[in-house]
Amino acid sequence: MSHGRDNRAKPYGVVAEYESGEALMVAAKQARAEGYRDMDAYSPLPVHGLADVIGFKDDRLGWIVFVHGVLGFVGGYLLQWWTSQGIAVPPGRLQTALSHNGLLPYPMNVGGKPLFSLPAFFPPAFETTILLAAFGATFGMFALNGLPKPHHPVFNAKNMARASSDRYCLCIEATDPRYDEDAVVEMFAGTGAISVERVMTSEGY
Amino acid sequence: MADTTKIDPELLVGDYTNRTMDATIGDIVLDQSTHNEPKIKTPVKGLFASPWQIMFGVGFLLLNVLLLALAMLLWNGIGVWGNNQPVGWGFDIINFVWWIGIGHAGTLISAVLLLLRQKWRNSINRFAEAMTIFAVMCAGLYPLLHTGRPWVAYWLFPYPNWLAMWPQFRSPLVWDVFAVSTYMTVSILFWYLGLLPDFATLRDRAKSRFAQIAFGAASMGWRGSAKHWARYEHASLILAGLSTPLVLSVHTIVSFDFAMGIVPGWNVTIFPPYFVAGAVFAGFAMVITFAIPLRKWYKLEGLITMKHFDWMAKVMLATGLIVFYGYIMEVFYAYYSGVSFELGLLANRLNLASSPYSWAFWLLILFNGIIPQVLWSPKMRQNLTVLFLVSASISVGMWFERYVIIPISLTRDYVPGSFGFYTPTVWDFAFFFGTIGLFLFLMFLFIRFLPMINIYEMKELLHEMQHQNGRSNGVAKGAAVSAKEEAH
Repeated sequence: MSHGRDNRAKPYGVVAEYESGEALMVAAKQARAEGYRDMDAYSPLPVHGLADVIGFKDDRLGWIVFVHGVLGFVGGYLLQWWTSQGIAVPPGRLQTALSHNGLLPYPMNVGGKPLFSLPAFFPPAFETTILLAAFGATFGMFALNGLPKPHHPVFNAKNMARASSDRYCLCIEATDPRYDEDAVVEMFAGTGAISVERVMTSEGY
Repeated sequence: MADTTKIDPELLVGDYTNRTMDATIGDIVLDQSTHNEPKIKTPVKGLFASPWQIMFGVGFLLLNVLLLALAMLLWNGIGVWGNNQPVGWGFDIINFVWWIGIGHAGTLISAVLLLLRQKWRNSINRFAEAMTIFAVMCAGLYPLLHTGRPWVAYWLFPYPNWLAMWPQFRSPLVWDVFAVSTYMTVSILFWYLGLLPDFATLRDRAKSRFAQIAFGAASMGWRGSAKHWARYEHASLILAGLSTPLVLSVHTIVSFDFAMGIVPGWNVTIFPPYFVAGAVFAGFAMVITFAIPLRKWYKLEGLITMKHFDWMAKVMLATGLIVFYGYIMEVFYAYYSGVSFELGLLANRLNLASSPYSWAFWLLILFNGIIPQVLWSPKMRQNLTVLFLVSASISVGMWFERYVIIPISLTRDYVPGSFGFYTPTVWDFAFFFGTIGLFLFLMFLFIRFLPMINIYEMKELLHEMQHQNGRSNGVAKGAAVSAKEEAH
């Protein structure tokens, strides 16, 4: 049942397959020069400079990591401050709530050292900084890349089968304002592609 | 910014293409006959004709020893160990530090060498990282079991509780909890990130439906998009940048377990750098110990070349000298301090005639200080038998280093009335060999089910080398000359 949604397979784009990363670069440059914007390239190894050529720029990951790192550092020190010193919460609803959730501080004098021992609290705070920043880097990368995504229309292209091994593919997507399937196929044919394939989305995608 | 570092042509021996690279590395995982009916056979016939089966069998056997020892320990309590007064820490902390140290080479190879743009890391980083994770697992067992009640090990972490019982954050042991658990987590993340594109390669290469689905799920639908690669490489670089200070902090904090104490021989400022160097030393030794047989059994001589061994041996020699310097400095500190307790400790280490554990100190000097000096000779660095034996000697030596630090200091502290002896029991040894079994078991499962060399990074290396050859092979001799002139 479609529930009012158009479930038919729609054109996704045209995929061209190349022998090398260099050939792919040349083709991508040409596609850009001809005014195509919605495109993506697929390769078994990172091809340096390719992201620039297809007009992709995204610096958000660095910021995500930075924010996570700061949160880890501040959070690590806050945790140690609260549990080792904290503030005397006066009796009342807040104290009840904290106490019922096991969150009251418990200041303890250890060897006459200050309750908030700044240098001694550095190692745990350092570790929480690294931990949160690493989570930010890994899961931030997954989130920005939209992974996990077990199915993607581009997998419908038969000439993508070796894109994780030794072939380099370029796809111009149907969402491009200048997209005209026949014109794209013709352009790819002139770029020395091994194969050119029109790709449909799967039904219901 | 162009990377102008010249890649040593000896890092890849033989003619490879992207396709044959997949076959060389990927088919070890996809084709079970590489393990069951390998080209290189052992002298034994039948079931144990394959090295994989022998190593896995030994690992499995020792793993069962570990399980037995574990049952014994949980039933009787940690009294089955040789720990006593005054040696509250025995084999458990020795083995903990030993394993953690072995793990450090993986992070060093994957993170530090990535930041330094050392291309030779590409062939060895994957299984070195696997070693890191498994070594940290073995290490983590010891403090966990030493708590006596491992089922309440979550008490080590700050979690909300009605007793308002929080960790004592000024204690290096609590720092250890944070450092080791962070190290474990980040190592797994880094490892998985590196595996992601290789899972996609295996997914597309696999013939069996099961392997396709399993690797497909593990690859998270990786499709090698240029946009994904851009973020992926960014994330890898950031993780390398985070792992580098992390790996230094972990062994620094492990050394704080001792250096923050007031026991003679422990309270020295040289411990953090000397422990970190020792970790790299031990880790590279273990990487070599594994790399030598693996490349032979799985025909990886073209990918892990003699150049790799040469350079790994040099790293080992350099870190070994730092460690040796540490031993000399410890002796000097004790002598120069003039403190009678430190001098007493020195005598306990050096005096073979009158002190019970001094043999361990001299074995340490032999295994870690003297034997590795053969690596000065380039010929010895290229002799795999010598290299294997030296690496094994270093692994033993690093174990003795911790043995020297722990029982010698603890059995002879300030008050003669509290002097004692330390004798490990059979269960101490059962745990030690049991964790070696766990390590072997996990390593050989890893070799069976995951690509032990990073496929996409080897393709990158291959591509860069072809590029380099293309330029120097007279495709554009004139262009090369003019590029040189530009550089001047």
